[in-house]
Amino acid sequence: MAEAVSANQKWWAGGRSPFNVEYGKLMMWYFLMSDAFTFGAFLISYGSIRFATNAWPDPNHVFSSFPFMGHAQLPLVFVSLMTFILIMSSVTMVLAVGAGHAKDRAGVVKWMFWTIVGGIAFLACQAWEWTHLYHQGAWWGKNPFPNYDGTEATTNFSNFFFTITGFHGFHVFSGVIINIIMLIMALNGTFDRRGHYLMIEKTGLYWHFVDLVWVFVFTCFYLF
Amino acid sequence: MEQTHGHTSQDHNNTSHDGGHSFDTKAIWRTFWILLIITCIELVVGMFIAPRFPHNTKIWFNILYIIFTAAKAFYIIAEFMHLRHEIKNLIMTIAVPALLFIWFIGAFLWDGDSFKNLRNKLDPYKTETHKAKPTQPIHGEEPLK
Repeated sequence: MAEAVSANQKWWAGGRSPFNVEYGKLMMWYFLMSDAFTFGAFLISYGSIRFATNAWPDPNHVFSSFPFMGHAQLPLVFVSLMTFILIMSSVTMVLAVGAGHAKDRAGVVKWMFWTIVGGIAFLACQAWEWTHLYHQGAWWGKNPFPNYDGTEATTNFSNFFFTITGFHGFHVFSGVIINIIMLIMALNGTFDRRGHYLMIEKTGLYWHFVDLVWVFVFTCFYLF
Repeated sequence: MEQTHGHTSQDHNNTSHDGGHSFDTKAIWRTFWILLIITCIELVVGMFIAPRFPHNTKIWFNILYIIFTAAKAFYIIAEFMHLRHEIKNLIMTIAVPALLFIWFIGAFLWDGDSFKNLRNKLDPYKTETHKAKPTQPIHGEEPLK
């Protein structure tokens, strides 16, 4: 397997993939590129509007609640829990890909299961956060939070927050659905019959991308 | 980034499409700890350190957050998405278009800032309404002073 390739390997000479990956995996990368530009356009429009506004709500003030603790003045603690859940589910996803490399069906099933649990936990956290903000009076077109300097804020803050975290949450949701399909396929032995677990790798790319987007959403909404 | 990773297999028409690269669980957990520690530092800065400084220093904290975010993005893409272990052709076909973001972010934030400055200068009425205080307290919170 581990043959060394000479430095002047002619990848573009034809007869093989110049990218040295399977077609579907390459196309997943290109899909993720296009998705990155969609999220990029959302986040950049948010940044552009925020730069065009004199003041903006303080995230430490807006996101200071925790379930069952009310307004415990715990800024960012809940969202750090969400971040931790997503990073953790990314790790279990890599471990599922690794088990797939080893053609270890039990391992794939186990780690895919935990990835799905992580995804659902993240969605549950987001549902709680949205519900809580909704009851505080925030929604599309409604923003009860003042700017950091006490002046009245525009509704742009809630509009962008719900649109972008909603779009990301939709990606997490579809990722969970895809992961469940992969789990069922693994349980049915589909990948064993195919002789490879490449589908797990492609799903893994998508799932890591969702985690990657969250890293940016987290910075843009909760830290800036 | 170099093309000649010792494990890049010449014959890739079999199922092992990243070329027989052995799966490294240790690297995964190392990446996990790096991501976790960076996130914890971000949170400590965001929760305890940044609020103690006046608001006009926020830009320096934002630059710090951008550096941390870029580091996390690098580790997720390089290790979790395995891009660092692919061949140079694939890395470049992803990385070069992504560089467009640098121009994209710079241009639009600059434009937003310019729009704000022009409006503050040319439309003082807008600036006055901006100073109005909200009257209704937020549900579940102390009324604003």
